[in-house]
Parts: sequence; structure tokens; C-alpha cells
Amino acid sequence: MSRFKDRFMRWLDGDTDVMNYVMDSTRTPYLSRESLKEKAAAKRQEFAGRSRTKDVVRAETKGFYALYNVIAVISCIALIGVLLFTVANLPEYGQENPRTVEVVSRYVEKGLEETGAVNIVAGMILDYRAFDTLGESHVLFTALICVLILLRIDAKNMRVGYEDYYTIREDAYFDVSGDAIMRGVGLVILPSVFLFGIYILLNGQNGPGGGFSGGAIIGAGLILYSTAYGFAAVDRFYTLKLSMVITFISLTFYSFAKGYVFFTGANGIENGIPKGIPGAILSGGLILPLDIAVGLVVACTMYGFYSLFKRGSIGGA
Amino acid sequence: MELTVVLRTILLVTLIVCAIAVNLSKSLLQSVIIFMSYSSIMCLLWILMESPDLAITEAAVGAGISGTLFLMTLKKLRAEDRRDEAEGEEGQTS
Repeated sequence: MSRFKDRFMRWLDGDTDVMNYVMDSTRTPYLSRESLKEKAAAKRQEFAGRSRTKDVVRAETKGFYALYNVIAVISCIALIGVLLFTVANLPEYGQENPRTVEVVSRYVEKGLEETGAVNIVAGMILDYRAFDTLGESHVLFTALICVLILLRIDAKNMRVGYEDYYTIREDAYFDVSGDAIMRGVGLVILPSVFLFGIYILLNGQNGPGGGFSGGAIIGAGLILYSTAYGFAAVDRFYTLKLSMVITFISLTFYSFAKGYVFFTGANGIENGIPKGIPGAILSGGLILPLDIAVGLVVACTMYGFYSLFKRGSIGGA
Repeated sequence: MELTVVLRTILLVTLIVCAIAVNLSKSLLQSVIIFMSYSSIMCLLWILMESPDLAITEAAVGAGISGTLFLMTLKKLRAEDRRDEAEGEEGQTS
């Protein structure tokens, strides 16, 4: 009974939320009011000394902070000046730039003939300048690996403390997956999202879009799917291993297909792959497979980011 | 022609207002939402500048995924929770 009263007083103090006990009463580490007060007092004492030194440090570095502000403002103004000067000297919007006109005219005049892509932008980023996109895909993969290293929770680094229990309870409380509205909206929206993503992915050489946009849309679709139906629904077909296999195969294929341009220059070498009829789905030679590879990497990365941020794992492992 | 210029001017002014408001807003949640609206306006501007592929990417990444990641990060850091607690304490003492 005294325990209940203690709990009630803690609630009155604003230390704890009643919902905590309703949602999960068994696993909450119980701390009495007195012990909490002792802890707070100890912490206050610990920080009492520190804050004084902080004041001393602040007084000593006052001049530095003033100088820091002045320098920050001056460098900002200088940067703004440089940028405005550059913008003022740019060729007018829509006009051709005399310095790069050779490259542009080459792309515009010979692009369709040399790459087989109606969309000149796709021809540029996946044929003439394929090494740019190669680097971008690898940057995305590296970012995914870094997030995986930092945020992954598995059996080795699982550390369940009071905060984690709070997080788990809160996640369970605010989880909307399986909600009727979410499922209904998902049922209507998800097929069109995936279809649109695949259309953009496969149609990169003919219209606006391509690997990056299509992959981002498919990744967003996966995120919506996991929000509406729960992570378990996505885990059925999408695991960490599958994600790594897809990413690895895509990047290896891209590297083998276009890695050599680092040595031969942007024009590449004749590969003998038929260009196809411009405007058809199967046209543009290597552009379509490369688009698919980039799109898969991007989709895996986007969903991987979300899954790792949300629950610290991809595919429940 | 005139209508396009008016539309473009309105969008550009709103873009600048959004960019300043992201920095000035007190709440991080508000900042994220304003940032997402910034991306949506930028998406419309890309269409007006006749680059639909960038518009698609901006809509998917800028307004969708990066906003989601920002919200997840805010939740991880409990930035909003702390602010609410601080306000609650102030309310009690005053």
C-alpha cells in the first residue's frame, strides 16, 4: 500500500507517467521516491563543482567568444559576397555558356546516336559520365554500411536499461501498424507507388526519371509498407542478407560494366550491345541495366536507413 | 506567360521565407516540417525550370525520406520530449 502511495506521489511530482505502469507493469525497474531524491542530490553535488569551473572557463574565454562571433559574421558575409558575385557572372538563364558550349552541343547533337537514349540526361549520367554515378552508388553503399555499424542492435551490443524499456513501451504504444486506416490507405496507395517507381526505373532512358528517382520512390514505398503493415510484413521477403546480396550484385555489375571508363575517358569503348529503337523500353544499350542496378542500391539504402533508425536492424536480424 | 512569372515569384519568396523560418523556429519538429515544405516548393520550382527528373527525386527524397529520417532522429534524441518536460516544469514553478 505504501508502495502505491509512493508511486502516486511520484506521479504528482511529475517524475513518471501513469501510462508506463498500465502498458507494462512487470518490467519497470522500481525506484522509490527517497532513492530518487538521493540520486538527484548526488547528481546536483557532482555538477555543482563542474558548473563553477564552467563559469570560470567562460569568463576566461570571453574574448575568444566575442572574436569567434565577429569572425563568423565576417566569413558569412564574405561567402555570400563570393556566391552573389558568381551568380551575377553566370550566363543568363536559358542562354548557352560560351565556355562549355562544345560539350553541350556534342551531347545534344550526338547523344541519341551514341547512347541510344531519348532522354539526354540519362545518356549523360549513365553513359558519358557513368563514373560519376558509379561513385554516387558507392557513396550510398558506404553510408548504409556506416549507419549499419553505428545503429545496428544485435545480440552482442543489446543493452537493455531503463531508457530502452521506456523506448520499447513507447514504440508499442505509438505503433500504428495494423491500424484500419493505415491498412486501407496502404491498400489504395501502395500498388500505385510501387508501379510508379518501377515505371520510372525502367523508363529512365526514354523519359524523366531513372535509377535514383525510381529507387527512391520504391524505397519510400517500402517505408510506407512497413509503417502500414508492420515490420513483420516486410521481414517476410526482405532480410539483411537479401539487402546485402542485392547491393553487392548491383555494385559489382556496375563496376564491371563501367569501371574501365576511369582509364579510357568518358567516351568509353564499343561494347557491341545493340542500341535498340530509340523510345522502346529495351533501348539505350547498357543504360537500362545500369538504371536497374542504381535503383536497387538506392531502394535498399533508403529502406535500410529507415529500418535502422527506427528499430536498429534490417529484416529483424 | 505573366501567370508563370507571378507563380514563380510567389514560390521563390515562399522558398526564402521557409529557409529563414527553418533556422528561426524554436521547435525542432516545426523546423523539420518547414524543411519538408521547403522541399515541396523546390519540387514545384524544378518543374517550372523544366527538369521533371529532379522534381521527382526532390519529392521522394527531400519531402519524403529525409523528413522521415529527421523525425526518427528527433524521436531517438527525445528532443521534443525534453522541451515539453522543461516547459512543464516552468509551468509548475510559476
